[in-house]
Amino acid sequence: MEVLDFLLEPVQSGIGRRALLEIALIGAFCGALGFWVVTERLAYSAESLAHGLLPGLVLATIAGAPLLLGAAGGALAAAALLALAARDERIGADAGTAVAVTGLVGLGALLAFTPESPTRLEELLFGDPLGVTDGDLIAAALLLAAGGAALAALHRPLAAVAFDSAGAAQLGVRPALLRLALLALLALAVAVAVQGLGALLVLAVLVAPPVAVRRHAGTPGRAMLAGAALAVLAGAVGIGVSFHAGSAAGASVALALCAAAALGAALPTRARRAARPGAPARAPRRTPAAPG
Amino acid sequence: MSALRVEGLSAGYGGPPVLRDVSFEAEPGETVCVLGPNGGGKTTLFRVLLGELEPQAGRVAGPSRPAYVAQTERTRLDFPVSALDVALMGTLARGRWWLPPRGADRSAAAAALERVGLADRADTRFGELSGGQRQRALLARALVQDARLLLLDEPLSGVDPASAASIAGVFEELRAEGRTLLVSSHDVESARTFDSVLCLHGRQVAFGPPAEVLDRSTLEATYGSEMIVLEEGGAKRAVTVHHHEHGDH
Repeated sequence: MEVLDFLLEPVQSGIGRRALLEIALIGAFCGALGFWVVTERLAYSAESLAHGLLPGLVLATIAGAPLLLGAAGGALAAAALLALAARDERIGADAGTAVAVTGLVGLGALLAFTPESPTRLEELLFGDPLGVTDGDLIAAALLLAAGGAALAALHRPLAAVAFDSAGAAQLGVRPALLRLALLALLALAVAVAVQGLGALLVLAVLVAPPVAVRRHAGTPGRAMLAGAALAVLAGAVGIGVSFHAGSAAGASVALALCAAAALGAALPTRARRAARPGAPARAPRRTPAAPG
Repeated sequence: MSALRVEGLSAGYGGPPVLRDVSFEAEPGETVCVLGPNGGGKTTLFRVLLGELEPQAGRVAGPSRPAYVAQTERTRLDFPVSALDVALMGTLARGRWWLPPRGADRSAAAAALERVGLADRADTRFGELSGGQRQRALLARALVQDARLLLLDEPLSGVDPASAASIAGVFEELRAEGRTLLVSSHDVESARTFDSVLCLHGRQVAFGPPAEVLDRSTLEATYGSEMIVLEEGGAKRAVTVHHHEHGDH
């Protein structure tokens, strides 16, 4: 019972329960979306977007507007600037993006240190799951419901494009449009999740879960479900550690997620384990055909 | 009525045409082998027929959405899908992409796998199949589309004999069903089994039945220095030197 009490102690308080709910809602969606982010090699774009929306967050705090509004505006402006910077072939897409992101973070810091700005830079950078409002929770719930429905609807085209983009185009799928939809979901996820995890740490909930489960899941659907479950679990561990160790909640959640990713990447896959000498033989599910 | 009619086609990528003066017709149930060296225009022709590339000149009359079997190199082997999942992707051409596959879709995909001899590999990951089996899974995806015109990009290149036999068997069935097949190939000898041969080298070198088209002068005009002639027991055999390149025109 003592162990159970110890584990449940963080959610005895309203603040702890709200923090856990926020991280669970965000984790359930981002853990699933992350599979496509990693598959489509959009992790760098996600990081750039998350860091680049900092000026929007700071402006929202200065204006006293909801953070979500600032995050959405910041994400839109950052996406436009990043797209523009990445198009300059003379310097290369990655260098252009890096300069644009650094510029946006610098601008965010500059705005944050003006006398008019409330001193919330730390919270904007590293998140504050313990300070979530009702509005944040509603936004996270809507993200999970609407974003989850969008992911379910786009599942087959996304899989077809990820497997063979040109082949999917011949089946009537429009890969460019689909990528745009994926980027829109990513921007939405970042704008909502940044409330809890901040501009610097939000990437953990998008990228760490798929990294942890991708090699072990048999299908994209299973990878998404496992990523969502792992993100919720790691989020709960992070909140628990933060409560008992007195560490920063956002950073604790991000570290728990990254630890899960490291563990998942280090574990051998089922096929590797089966191939080890001395591993118990498993009967094939179907009769294997002759090679060829 | 022709299943496919191409008249005076020229196509390119912004600059001068990389393929010009192509005119041919294919009837329902006809198989056409498209021969040519790397950069000869095979892929450009396919891209025009698939609607990916606008012709610079000429016209194409045929089905708006032919089925296409790409080379397996274009697929991602690390993506976690089974052979059945790949065949099921063919049902996206039927619309309703936002809903899970129906029972009828699953039946069609299973039947297509059966047809290419992969029924017992339905649950195997695509990346774990042999090269020939992967090619057959992609063929199953195209079969599910139920298209009247099928374009196949070097489907027999580098596949094992069992897969080659299975694919050739499916070609025969498709021909009997009245479907038209355009198959690009580097293999001059296999071209003799098709109804017609289209030779490309930046332009149309020849088109007609293999017995008329596959002579030494046409093949030299098609392949140039990429062709060598082997003499085996008095019989002469043309062999092309295949430099495999990505971004083939």
